[in-house]
Amino acid sequence: MSTKSKSIQNKSNDERLRKVSKLKVLLNRPELGALGGSVLVFIFFGIIAGDTGMFSAYGTINFLEVSANLGIIAVAAALLMIGGEFDLSVGSMIGFAGICIAIPAIYWGWPLWMSILFAFSMAVLVGYANGILVVRTGLPSFIVTLAMLFILRGATLAITRLITGRTQVPGLRVLVEDDPIAWIFSADAFQFVFTWLGSLGLIELRQDGTPLATGIPASVIWWIAMTIFATWLLMKTRYGNWIFASGGDKLGARNVGVPVGKVKISLFIGTAVAATIYACVQVLDAGSADTMRGFLKELEAIVAAVVGGCLLTGGYGSAIGAAFGALIFGTVSMGIYYTDVDTDWFKVFLGVMMLIAVIFNNYIRRRVTENK
Amino acid sequence: MSDNLIEFNNISKFFGSVIALKDVTMHIKKGQIMCLLGDNGAGKSTLIKTLSGVHKPDEGEIVVEGKKTIFDSPRDALDMGIATVYQDLALVSLMSVTRNFFMGREPTKGFGPFKTFDINKANAIASKRMGQIGIDVRDPSQAVGTMSGGERQCLAISRAIYFGAKVLILDEPTSALGVHQASVVLKYIVKAAASGLGVILITHNVHHAYPVGNSFTILNRGKSMGTFEKKNLSREKLLGMMAGGEELDKLEVELKEIDRIAKN
Repeated sequence: MSTKSKSIQNKSNDERLRKVSKLKVLLNRPELGALGGSVLVFIFFGIIAGDTGMFSAYGTINFLEVSANLGIIAVAAALLMIGGEFDLSVGSMIGFAGICIAIPAIYWGWPLWMSILFAFSMAVLVGYANGILVVRTGLPSFIVTLAMLFILRGATLAITRLITGRTQVPGLRVLVEDDPIAWIFSADAFQFVFTWLGSLGLIELRQDGTPLATGIPASVIWWIAMTIFATWLLMKTRYGNWIFASGGDKLGARNVGVPVGKVKISLFIGTAVAATIYACVQVLDAGSADTMRGFLKELEAIVAAVVGGCLLTGGYGSAIGAAFGALIFGTVSMGIYYTDVDTDWFKVFLGVMMLIAVIFNNYIRRRVTENK
Repeated sequence: MSDNLIEFNNISKFFGSVIALKDVTMHIKKGQIMCLLGDNGAGKSTLIKTLSGVHKPDEGEIVVEGKKTIFDSPRDALDMGIATVYQDLALVSLMSVTRNFFMGREPTKGFGPFKTFDINKANAIASKRMGQIGIDVRDPSQAVGTMSGGERQCLAISRAIYFGAKVLILDEPTSALGVHQASVVLKYIVKAAASGLGVILITHNVHHAYPVGNSFTILNRGKSMGTFEKKNLSREKLLGMMAGGEELDKLEVELKEIDRIAKN
């Protein structure tokens, strides 16, 4: 016993142990790259576009909203990626969910809340189908969800045209106002703060005296809430440990009793549900559904997750990182309009950023896993 | 009779027309280290998989603490206290020591939907357990990838013991390790046995097996060449009995022949 306590005492002055600074610990966190990137992006636009109104209340809300929309799906995509799988059907799911809300509400006379619940149950079904196919067949999720991408997009188009004769379903705006749950996806939060700031003359006002930015959009609240929830899940729960384990070493995890199949299926349901939240926000905001909504969003979500520190091979990453990845994406995509740079260059920037992120993440992973 | 933790009586396993194992018998007592030796293809892997519930034996019986048992799955074997540490160790190198230690069996606190992984308790247990085997985990939140091969092996064994193993089956625990690392692992195995566990140590390295083993079962082409107590067996005899012994003699003769030709 005495030797044991001695060895514990000695722990602090082990001659083989170098003092590791807080900074070093931080350097090993997966979200560091995205955090640093966000700071750089803000400094950049602060200098280039600081006096253009980009960082006014209205401008800020604008780029936050774009970031938030992407962030909602990026956080779920990050969890799935840590769990070792991809979901390429997220973008198509957004379009599909939009139609699942709009058609019952407009053409079948369902109350809006029922259509929204219907869309979420369809999301659970699609996610479950993706998950069970990947788990049961052992095929790469890349292929399975790529197939689902086409199936969902095609079905969305075919069903919408069959029922409505068009590819857009407008007319939802009037339904939002007296629906009991639609506000969850469409209301602006903290409106009183903005009204107050407006009355003090601190933020811009319209002609009629109401502030130009009326409040924090619901999508931003969803984005923040989902990031907090996903981080809690990853870091603080058993389920979080199972996500890391399933992505890190599927067989090893199974051998020690982690229900790998269930974990993966639930993560696929998670991405489909996140896509539906995205769809709700967009459809209720725009007042219409479009079969092409969410086009290419699956790739943007993957970019955000990777920039946020997720490894493509699974087992490593963070939800906060993905949220910051989305923030970089949103800030640049809106900020570019405030600069003299031709917006055509945006995609170039996106590609370069992803490359840098992957190289950086690779370096971090080596730092973390190798004996240094 | 029944101070045996586990008995394998006349176990046979066939794959189609191939006889992978024939009439293999082993008895393991508390505190005993049984070394299972054999060359590649001798049937070691098949035997381990049969012991740990992956394969069902076609003939013979498995008796655990006096009760005849059939393992339907590896889970069954694990529930009866028979834990197997495979060569891949089931460790995720990107995850922390603690997260690996408790992978799939995390301690929780709180209740209902707010039940959380009790990371502080887990860190404390992992640190203490690793400390007991003389491995100073400086920081239990460091990734397993930063540990040496021997430390990883010890982590996997220590995890199996913590979660209630009575019989430990270790598959080539020293094969990928250097001399020093291997001796750390072997020391730990001896300690584990001294605390009352039964250990089945699978290896083809006589030099690792001989110092730690109490008894030795040698497999050759699917058959047991018998179980020997250490006191009746010298290291040389053990070496000779393994298929490798004969082969090595032959090799030596051939090498001399090559040498002689080269000199001329």
